[in-house]
Amino acid sequence: MKIGVPREIHAGEQRVATTPDVAAQLMDLGYSVAIETGAGAAAKFSDSAYEAAGCEVLGSADDVWDQADIILKVRAPEQGEETRLRSDQALITFLAPGQNPELLEVLTKSGGTALSMDMVPRISRAQKMDALSSMANIAGYRAVVEAAQHFGRFFTGQITAAGRIPPAKVLVIGAGVAGLSAIGAARSMGAIVRSFDTRPEVKEQVESMDAEFLMLEFEDEDGTGEGGYAKVMSDEFIAAEMALFAEQAEEVDIIITTALIPGKPAPRLITAEHVGLLKDGSVIVDLAAETGGNCELTEPGEVVVKDGVTIIGYMDLPSRLATQSSQLYATNLKHLLSDMTPEKDGNLVVDFEDEVVRGATVCTGGETTYPPPAPKLSAAPPKPAAEAAPAPVVEEKKPSIWGPIMMMAAGGLALLGLGAVAPPSFMAHFTVFVLACFVGYMVIWNVTPALHTPLMSVTNAISSIIIIGALLQISSADKVIMWIAVATAGVTAVNIAGGFAVTRRMLEMFRK
Amino acid sequence: MINEGIVNISYIIATILFILALGGLSHQETARRGNWYGIVGMAIALIATVLGEVTAQYDKLIVALLVGGSVGLILARRVQMTQMPELVAILHSLVGLAAVAVGFANFMDPGRLAHYTGVELTIHDIETYIGVLIGAVTFSGSVIAFGKLSARISGNPLLLPARHWLNLLLLLGSIYYGYEFVQQSVAGGGMMPLVIMTVLALLFGIHMVMAIGGADMPVVVSMLNSYSGWAASATGFMLGNDLLIVTGALVGSSGAILSYIMCRAMNRKFLAVIAGGFGTGGGAAAKGGEDQGEVQPIDAQETAALFANAKEIMIIPGYGMAVAQAQHIVYELTRALRDKGINVRFGIHPVAGRMPGHMNVLLAEAKVPYDIVFEMDEINDDFPNIDVSVVIGANDIVNPSAQEDPEGPIAGMPVLEVWKGKTTIVLKRSMATGYAGVQNPLFFKENTRMLFGDAKDSLDEVFKAL
Repeated sequence: MKIGVPREIHAGEQRVATTPDVAAQLMDLGYSVAIETGAGAAAKFSDSAYEAAGCEVLGSADDVWDQADIILKVRAPEQGEETRLRSDQALITFLAPGQNPELLEVLTKSGGTALSMDMVPRISRAQKMDALSSMANIAGYRAVVEAAQHFGRFFTGQITAAGRIPPAKVLVIGAGVAGLSAIGAARSMGAIVRSFDTRPEVKEQVESMDAEFLMLEFEDEDGTGEGGYAKVMSDEFIAAEMALFAEQAEEVDIIITTALIPGKPAPRLITAEHVGLLKDGSVIVDLAAETGGNCELTEPGEVVVKDGVTIIGYMDLPSRLATQSSQLYATNLKHLLSDMTPEKDGNLVVDFEDEVVRGATVCTGGETTYPPPAPKLSAAPPKPAAEAAPAPVVEEKKPSIWGPIMMMAAGGLALLGLGAVAPPSFMAHFTVFVLACFVGYMVIWNVTPALHTPLMSVTNAISSIIIIGALLQISSADKVIMWIAVATAGVTAVNIAGGFAVTRRMLEMFRK
Repeated sequence: MINEGIVNISYIIATILFILALGGLSHQETARRGNWYGIVGMAIALIATVLGEVTAQYDKLIVALLVGGSVGLILARRVQMTQMPELVAILHSLVGLAAVAVGFANFMDPGRLAHYTGVELTIHDIETYIGVLIGAVTFSGSVIAFGKLSARISGNPLLLPARHWLNLLLLLGSIYYGYEFVQQSVAGGGMMPLVIMTVLALLFGIHMVMAIGGADMPVVVSMLNSYSGWAASATGFMLGNDLLIVTGALVGSSGAILSYIMCRAMNRKFLAVIAGGFGTGGGAAAKGGEDQGEVQPIDAQETAALFANAKEIMIIPGYGMAVAQAQHIVYELTRALRDKGINVRFGIHPVAGRMPGHMNVLLAEAKVPYDIVFEMDEINDDFPNIDVSVVIGANDIVNPSAQEDPEGPIAGMPVLEVWKGKTTIVLKRSMATGYAGVQNPLFFKENTRMLFGDAKDSLDEVFKAL
């Protein structure tokens, strides 16, 4: 089948749905790849690079839509693209079916198959196709870069001959993928980073990035919603949250907000009042601008200065890092296609038994298949059930006190019996034997486990002291006994030399 | 040449040196000195015996010692460190063989009847009989263990029907022929019962070790170590020689303690191991076979990236590392990572491998410094701070079901709690289960990634990618 990649026509969109590298991998799956001329130009991938990778470069979008069996895109179809889907064609892109019911209807009517990358369920297996996370990661990083551009000072603190430079303080609200990525980028530039999230279990992740987690002392309200996303919080909680932000606004220089609740407008977290509390020259980057913004004063798509504070409301942060985001997105698409091409023969199989494919498919064969049934597994279990099940209580049977006593009594009687009949010479040897057992027990008990093998080889060498037996017999006048003794001496000599030598060899290897 | 008093004093000195040798072997700092004590003790005992007791056949003796000694030295030099378990097993068999030979030779000595009478003769005969018995079991058991460890014989337990009855029958047979032996010996006979018993003991040794699975080999090897000591001790009783008694008892109790430590590390009863047949326990094992989710594979590049970004790495080697001979590349990797300031450590489970301390020896061979090699108890609490745990060819020793599934066949066995770390990478050839035959839920955990393939090749690639 042929995969077609048209140029993105959304205003300002710089990404492209496949890169030359990934196109080559798609060909390994048995597909042929055709690309519209100039599709990768904005993301710095030239037509010749695609050609070198083995792609066919087509002159116009019409050719791509006409010839391809599978269309890969970044943005949802618009400006007439939506009516181009044929019944024998598949479209894979971001569709946001929940927000665009009309688009979904048009696509359904075409009879073709459409998969939406934002509908890939959040399960462990699908992480490699989770394009939302890939884009969020880039957005978080880019948010810090944008903030740095509009911020008049260093991020890192320095002591120089010309005076002390205090480090910038960054507050990241929402510690999802984008938030964590922003924390990482800001930390590596040297800023002091704090982070707030309604989900207490992300504390560990935030701290692992060397940032401080701001806790809200609030009884039992866990903001974890389905699929590891956040949910809407209670009024009291929001009031406490607002107070915390007001307190922080007086201290920090940069606020990056990444708070999103799926299917709902973005929560209003930073009010005009908070903006007033920020120092002049501070920067707010609002990653939620597309769904209304976390900051009251955000103007979606614009950079504005209010009260001396720069508020950045870009909605296309991933597109502003087009090379990187195209590469990650293309790889996500490739993973999905590779799962959907089980035979690696270039034939796309839409298998509704596959939870990922079922989730992502929004329409096929003239029927709308959105929304999908609830996924079986969520990325993080609702309650931390992973908190290792309590170790099984080992029921220790209380050892009966009579067992050992009986044993000892029996042993003692047996020894007494032995003493009654055995001649003194035997008893002398027996005493030595029992004492030696105890000495062995005392000496060996504390051996380091690392030395178990050398200990065994040395005891093995020592136990060939049995050679003494052969030596006592070797001078016998009886030929048979003599030869047996000679053979025994030879055999034990192997053991003595081999045991000590190999122990020495092993011990030489142990070194600090 | 020298009188008996001097011989005895030499024996006492040798005994003390042997005790010091075992004591020295308990700790790294004193281990080498301990080995020298052992060598000196052995030399003193040999020289004293040769000078004091041997009166003829010096030439043959010297030839035997030279030939045997050189064979031993060559073996010791040639052996690969991964083959240590086999070497130790075959050396044990030689002690057993010697005990049998000395016992027979002693019995054939015509002076025996003149020397002992009445109860003394009976006791002497019993001592001979027991010495040969233990020697024969040690010999045949060690040979089979050698075969299993060197993969000449299948490592799977061979379970004959009614095997416990068979063992009991062999035991009763041995006791019966022991009685016959003592009866006939007074009259000057007894060779027949002794030979029959030797055959029975050899069969018993074969049958016992055949029934034990590969994962229980550490117990078997240390148990045979113990037997070889008891064999020497029994021979000492027979010859009335205290040096043999003491040395045998030292070795015997040392091996017994090692066996006990190994059993405790597997949370198993000694008798259960000897009775054999691990992993065949029916119902509970089958339960692990249910679908537990999907494993997440990883490739060498991603592994290298994970390593490079980690601060704390823990490597858990298992028998698979020995099979793949991967210890050298493991160390190369360790050194490269430590040079980058990453704290790489090793966590060793007591029964990892096929012999007590097997992994330590392999790592030492690859020149891994022993102060970054830790025992399970020392590091198990550290796992929550570990960024990446690397499990190389190990399975049951990192199986969380030992703690989570109280019904499972390995319930209660102490394990390395790798799943508490941030990420675990498991190097494995396939999804086959370990010796216990239990599926390992670790492989399906969300923070576990599987790197399939031969451990050595995989690590080579990771090393290149670094």
